[in-house]
Amino acid sequence: MADTQQAPAGDLLRVRNLRTTFHAHRSLVKAVRGVDLTVREGDFLAVVGESGSGKSVTMKSVMGLMPDNADVEADELTFCGRDMLAMSDEERRRMRGGEIAMIFQDPMTSLDPLRTIGKHLREVLKRHRGLTGAAADTEAVRVLGQVGIPSPEQRLSQYPHEFSGGMRQRVLIAMALCCQPKLLIADEPTTALDVTIQAQILDLLRRLRDEAGMSVVLISHDLGVVANVCNRVAVMYGGVIMETGTVDDIFLRPRHPYTRALLGAVPNPADRRHGRLVSIPGSAPSLVDPPDGCPFADRCTYTCDRCRQAMPAFIAYEGEQTARCVFTADELDRMDRTRRPAEDAASHDAKGDAR
Amino acid sequence: MAATAPTAAPAADARRRPARRHTRAQAAWSAFRHDKVAIVSLALLAIVVVACLIAPLLPLSPNATDVAHRLAAPSAQHIFGTDQLGRDYFARVLYGGRVSLLVGVLAMLTSLVIGIIVGTVAGLLGGIVDAILMRIVDVLSSVPWLVLVTVVSIFLKPGLTSIILVIGLFSWMEIARLVRTETQTIKERDFVQYAQLCGVSPARVIIRHIIPAALPTIITASTTSLASAIMTESSLSFLGVGVQQPMSSWGSMLQDAQQYMQNDIYMAIIPGLLIVIVIFAFNKLGNIMRVFADPQVMSGERE
Amino acid sequence: MAKYIARRLLIAIPLLLLISIIVFLLMRAAPYDAIDAMTTPKMSEETIAAIKAQYGYDQPVWVQYFAWLGGLLQGNFGYSIVTKSSIAEQLAVRIPNTILLVLPSYLVAYVTAIVLGLVAGSHRGSRLDHVIDGIASVLIAVPSFWLAMLLIFVFGYLLRALPIVGMQTVGDGSFVDVLRHYILPFVTLTIAFLPDNLRYVRSSTITQITQDYVMVQEAFGAKRAEIMFRHVCRNVLGPVLTRLGMALPMLVTGAIITETIFSWPGVGPYFMTAIKGMDYPIVMAILILSSTLVIIGNLLADVLNALADPRIRQGGAR
Repeated sequence: MADTQQAPAGDLLRVRNLRTTFHAHRSLVKAVRGVDLTVREGDFLAVVGESGSGKSVTMKSVMGLMPDNADVEADELTFCGRDMLAMSDEERRRMRGGEIAMIFQDPMTSLDPLRTIGKHLREVLKRHRGLTGAAADTEAVRVLGQVGIPSPEQRLSQYPHEFSGGMRQRVLIAMALCCQPKLLIADEPTTALDVTIQAQILDLLRRLRDEAGMSVVLISHDLGVVANVCNRVAVMYGGVIMETGTVDDIFLRPRHPYTRALLGAVPNPADRRHGRLVSIPGSAPSLVDPPDGCPFADRCTYTCDRCRQAMPAFIAYEGEQTARCVFTADELDRMDRTRRPAEDAASHDAKGDAR
Repeated sequence: MAATAPTAAPAADARRRPARRHTRAQAAWSAFRHDKVAIVSLALLAIVVVACLIAPLLPLSPNATDVAHRLAAPSAQHIFGTDQLGRDYFARVLYGGRVSLLVGVLAMLTSLVIGIIVGTVAGLLGGIVDAILMRIVDVLSSVPWLVLVTVVSIFLKPGLTSIILVIGLFSWMEIARLVRTETQTIKERDFVQYAQLCGVSPARVIIRHIIPAALPTIITASTTSLASAIMTESSLSFLGVGVQQPMSSWGSMLQDAQQYMQNDIYMAIIPGLLIVIVIFAFNKLGNIMRVFADPQVMSGERE
Repeated sequence: MAKYIARRLLIAIPLLLLISIIVFLLMRAAPYDAIDAMTTPKMSEETIAAIKAQYGYDQPVWVQYFAWLGGLLQGNFGYSIVTKSSIAEQLAVRIPNTILLVLPSYLVAYVTAIVLGLVAGSHRGSRLDHVIDGIASVLIAVPSFWLAMLLIFVFGYLLRALPIVGMQTVGDGSFVDVLRHYILPFVTLTIAFLPDNLRYVRSSTITQITQDYVMVQEAFGAKRAEIMFRHVCRNVLGPVLTRLGMALPMLVTGAIITETIFSWPGVGPYFMTAIKGMDYPIVMAILILSSTLVIIGNLLADVLNALADPRIRQGGAR
């Protein structure tokens, strides 16, 4: 994915060296520090990371949804081969919803409480497809049915508070479908929902990818959510991408110490209730004055001097897997074996040394 | 896979929690440091408060009359001039300030006590008690305060205590509302539920658990409440139903100044300006405290 | 919706009765009453008893209460102890004067507050926002009576441009004359009403603008202006409209200080004279009038709120 030589044919979204900086209180918060991403047609890409890793800011920057105190720069930002950096604000606005749609974490607050669901849908249908009156109503009902909302005709005249969380997220997805976008960005769409509803929504997203032919970018902090629905994964940390690959690459052959630590940490069922897991010792680096080197260096068990000197480059593995680490995966494995000969060499437990 | 896959997010949060109090104070401090208006107004407030406090130690007498210099404009001898009886206006302003500030602080404390009790009881017990108390709060806070306060003052002997009581009795509603909301959140937390389960009395739960947790909110509310108590006192005194002669406050000085305003406007400007400064500064302080109580205000997530 | 209003009414009526009882008891508890005003220590017991009987004071308390309440409902507010004049007649003259002053100034302050609050809130952190919010926080600290004094000094004494006392010059009831008398109290009141409303609108605008649905609308390609007018404004104005209902009692007691300073012949000076002269019937009449307006105002606010917000409307109907 970081591979710039890739053939652009079939590339929906290409992002090269995206940097987003917030100006706050005379300090600069470097939330995204050079991200490369490619989304191809039919992709279901997961962007995974802790909160504050920059995953959400990356996608909002792509959408052009950043507040005024944020600077977004990139070497390349193209959608369907068109240069988004050269577009006017007005062109960018028309693209939002129309070609790229985005839904967010909390479906309870994502809808205007004073407008009916029908109004929400009709508004986007008119804006992006020019549908009004009965035609808009018919389409709205069809789309609500498509996302699995029972008796959509009656639902049209209801207000958001009459819907459950899961149903509201379906309404938002329906709003996105109304626009017939080529790409749907879903920012933690299931975080605020019950586990059973989570699975339904993810299932819906995957089905729509197949039926409606739109690509999906799923932002999540939960690797478990990602594993079942995505075909490709990008792992972010400290404002940069750490590792990319197919879902099998990431889960079966993780090459980066951070990914390995994420996968290796064993969740404690008692803590899960609160959603809090002390999975990796240490805390994420400050984005106000981020280190020059690898952002994970402070928490990594393999850290050496080289890690802190400069940002490591990507190492390419077979397929399209890449990992941003000074060590190759083989070197990491070797270090594991020499350090803990007694343990099973195949397990990667990053916790061991820091305790 | 899904069952055992880790959640990446909150590793950092869990670590950062012990430092939270510290960052709150830092957030408040940084909000203050970057706000020039706040620095200036709080500095002025400090000067005014200190001057009023140490007034008895200064060579000033608010009641000594100088008949030769009645209604004298500010000069080197009398930096704020003199009043209609030739009394040094600077001394009178400082002594008036003592009364205004004293009434403000005590009235604020009164309303704080009532507000905390009503708020915690309503929040903790909920149900019908909560509904009734909150309806009372609604009604009391919409009845024009001036009418309420003056009506009650009929039944009390005129004097400082009555003014303090009257202002305190009718200004606790906002604090009660805030404390109630806070209590409702806190009582859902495990430690409070546990304490209740163990049969700890509600009074103890309130004192040991709820008040400490609601303290930042209470402190914030009390600064604003202090500002409005001072405003209420000066309005009442200005109307002649507040502080009575021979005592005077900034409000009653303004009432006196009314008659001499045409020629001696300084008599009206000085106490009025002090009221504005003090109220503005306390409101500013309240804003900064709000950052302390709820650091999200700063990061722009909430107003 | 009808059910919702009915429920609110059912709450309002007992509340009104409760207030009337409290006011009645307060009046009874007052250290000096109408009988004291009509009798002198020299009068014989019989004369006093006769006077008491004449005014119904020999009846049991609850009979007196219902007689009083019945009188109130027929618009009989009793008589002033000091001047013996009918309170209802006095109020009938004074309340229109007060409304004449309060209604326009409140509306001007209200509309200005909405416009400035929306502008400031939607440009949060900008220079414009700092200026508007700065003005509001200064004005909130300015006592309205002091502002009135400054205005009187500048326009009355210094410039001699405007009259500072009363509603009209004796012998000149022309419109221009009244208008000239009107300006200073109107400006004072408008400025007094402004900052509270302004800060309220500003902070609810900020709350609304940081809501998720605003970003969602943006993500679906809505224009800034569309989001502001179709979504943010409507969500801000609901609660703001509610405040209008709550402001109803202002029509009677909203200008006591200002009216007193400018000797505007409204409820204010009447009330202040009554307070100082211990003229309880007047004080209690105004108290019960303004509490009634509070209850009606709250009711109005609830109804407005329900009209504006489907969540409340449907929550109440269930």
